[in-house]
Amino acid sequence: MTIRLAVPSKGRLMEKTFGWFAERGVEMRRTGSEREYAAAVDGVDVELMLLSAGEIPRELAAGRIHLGVTGSDLVQERIPAWDQTVEVVAPMGFGHADLVIAVPAFWIDVATLDDLDAVAAAFRRQHGFRLRVATKYHRLVRDFLREAGVADYQLVDSQGATEGTVAHGTAEAIADITSTGETLRANHLKILEDGLIHRSEATLFRARGADWGAVEKAALADLVARIGAA
Amino acid sequence: MSGKSALRAEAARLLALFVAAGATPVEADLLLPAETLLDLYGEDIRARAYVTHDPDRGELMLRPDFTVPVVQMHMQGGADPARYCYQGEVFRTQAAGSGRPSEYLQVGYEVFDRADPTRADAEVFALFARALGALDLRAVTGDISIVSAAIDTLATSEARKAALRRHIWRPRRFRALIDRFTGKQPAPPARAALIAAMAAKGGEGLMAKAGPEIGLRARQEVTERLEALLADAATPPIPAPQAEVLSAILTLKAMMPDAHEQLRDICVDLPGLQPAVDRLEARMQALGAAGVDVAHLPFEASFGRTTMEYYDGFVFGFLVPTRPDLPLVASGGRYDALTRILGAGRAIPAVGGVIRPELVLRLAAGGAP
Repeated sequence: MTIRLAVPSKGRLMEKTFGWFAERGVEMRRTGSEREYAAAVDGVDVELMLLSAGEIPRELAAGRIHLGVTGSDLVQERIPAWDQTVEVVAPMGFGHADLVIAVPAFWIDVATLDDLDAVAAAFRRQHGFRLRVATKYHRLVRDFLREAGVADYQLVDSQGATEGTVAHGTAEAIADITSTGETLRANHLKILEDGLIHRSEATLFRARGADWGAVEKAALADLVARIGAA
Repeated sequence: MSGKSALRAEAARLLALFVAAGATPVEADLLLPAETLLDLYGEDIRARAYVTHDPDRGELMLRPDFTVPVVQMHMQGGADPARYCYQGEVFRTQAAGSGRPSEYLQVGYEVFDRADPTRADAEVFALFARALGALDLRAVTGDISIVSAAIDTLATSEARKAALRRHIWRPRRFRALIDRFTGKQPAPPARAALIAAMAAKGGEGLMAKAGPEIGLRARQEVTERLEALLADAATPPIPAPQAEVLSAILTLKAMMPDAHEQLRDICVDLPGLQPAVDRLEARMQALGAAGVDVAHLPFEASFGRTTMEYYDGFVFGFLVPTRPDLPLVASGGRYDALTRILGAGRAIPAVGGVIRPELVLRLAAGGAP
C-alpha cells in the first residue's frame, strides 16, 4: 500500500467514480457491509479511502491523501490558490454542474453583470444597504464579481435551498450550482448572460504537498498509465 | 527577541517624530465592528481582512487599518483642528504563497484641519519625507480630485458621470464604461433587444410576462431603471476629443511642475478643471515652502486609483525603486469624504498617512530585505 486515493463515500458520485475507474481497468469495490466505509482496489498499489466529497479538498490541501476525486467547484472554493496546491490528473466527465449568478426573472432590466452592478448602486441608494447575493461559494463568487468590476453588493451565506432566498426576502440575487436550470426557473429566477462563474465536474486531483517518494511516484505512474490520463 | 524589540524601537522613533510635529498619540481597538468596514469598503474587505465572530456583538474584524477608528474617534468629539498619531498592528490576509506578512506594524499621522487643506497636504508629505529621508526611496504623488473634476467636465448625462465616478477605483471597469459612453463599444445585444421590445410592448407588459414580483427590489425600481435605460440610449456619445483629453489626464506622469503645466494647458479646453489644477498649484507651492524639492517630485494622475478607495484628493506613496515586489514603505492621502460618511452629517477636511516600520528597518539595515 503506497498512495492513498480518496473517492466520494456515497451516492451517485461514488457509483460513477467506481464506474469511471472500472472502464479503465481499475476495479474498486466496497469491502465489509453496505454501511461500512471500507473499500479496496484490485491490481494496483493504491490504498482506497471513502470520504465525504466535501472533505476531500481539505485532505488534498493538507497532503494527507495523494489523490482525490471530488467536484472542481469544491476544490476551487475551498483551497486558496488551488492550482498551486493540487494538480488536475483527469477531468472525469460526470457530475457536471454550473455555478451561476441568477436574479429574479421579472428584472427585465438586468441581463448582464454590468446591469447587476448598476442595479446594485441604485439598490444601495434606495434601501440603505448593499444588494445581497446568497451563496455558499464565497471565494469563487467574490473573485468573479471583483474581476467583473461589480461593486455595492454583499454576500450572505446560504448553505441550502438558496433558490428560495429571494422570495423569502433574505437576498436579492443568488449564486448557486445548477445542472438543468429547472429549480431556478421554478423559483422565478433567471441566469445572467455572462453569469457563469465555473463549470464544475468530478475531477481526479493530485495533492502536490503529499509525500511523493520514489515508490509513490512509481505507483502514480502505474495508475496513470492504466487510466490513460495525461 | 531582538528583532521584535528593534522593530518596537523603530516604531517608537517614528511615533516620537510625529509627536514632535504636534500630534496627540491615540490608541484604537484591535477588534472592530465589521459592519462599518463592510459598508465602507464593500465585500472585498472580507477577502483582505480577518473576520471573526462574537456571540453578542456579531461579526468583528481584526483591525485592517487605523484610519477608520481614528476618524470615528475624532468625529465623536475631537478637538478642531486636531493632529493624531498612533502605532500598532494591522492585519491583512495575503494571497497564498505571496510571502507577505499578514500582521505588521503601522505608524501613522492624521491631520483634521479646516484652515488650509493644501498646506496640511504639504505638512504631512514633508513630515513623511523627513522621517524616511535616510532611505533611498522614490516618492510618488497623485490627486484623485483631478480625475473626478475631469469626469465632471464631460459633456454627458449626470447618470453617466455618476457611473464613472463610482468606478474611479476600478480602472478596467472605468475603461469599459468610457468605451461604452463614447460609442467605441456598442451596447450589448440584450440591451438593444430590450429597448426594441419596450418600444413595441411597453415595460409593464414585458415585466408581467417575465415573472412574479419577488424579493425586496420592487417593480417600481425596475420601472425606474427601464426609464433610465431609455434615457441612456437617447444620450449622445461623449465626443471623442473629450474622451482623449480624459485619457491624457489619466495617463499623465511627469515631475510635478511639468504635470501642472500640462494640466493648465488642458484647462484651455476643459475650463471646469481649473479649480482642481489651481489646488495642485497651491499644493506645489506649499510643498516647496515646506522644503520639498518639487522640481524632482513625480506626479502620476492615476496613482492610488487601484489601492486606496477612500482617498479623494492628494495621494502619495514612498516605494523602493529596485524592489517592485515590496509593498509601499509609506502611503497616505486626503479623505474628506470619509469624514462625512463616518461623521453622521458632519465633515472635516482630513489628510494623513502610515509608515511600515518593518520595511524602514530592513532597508536601513542593508538595503536588500
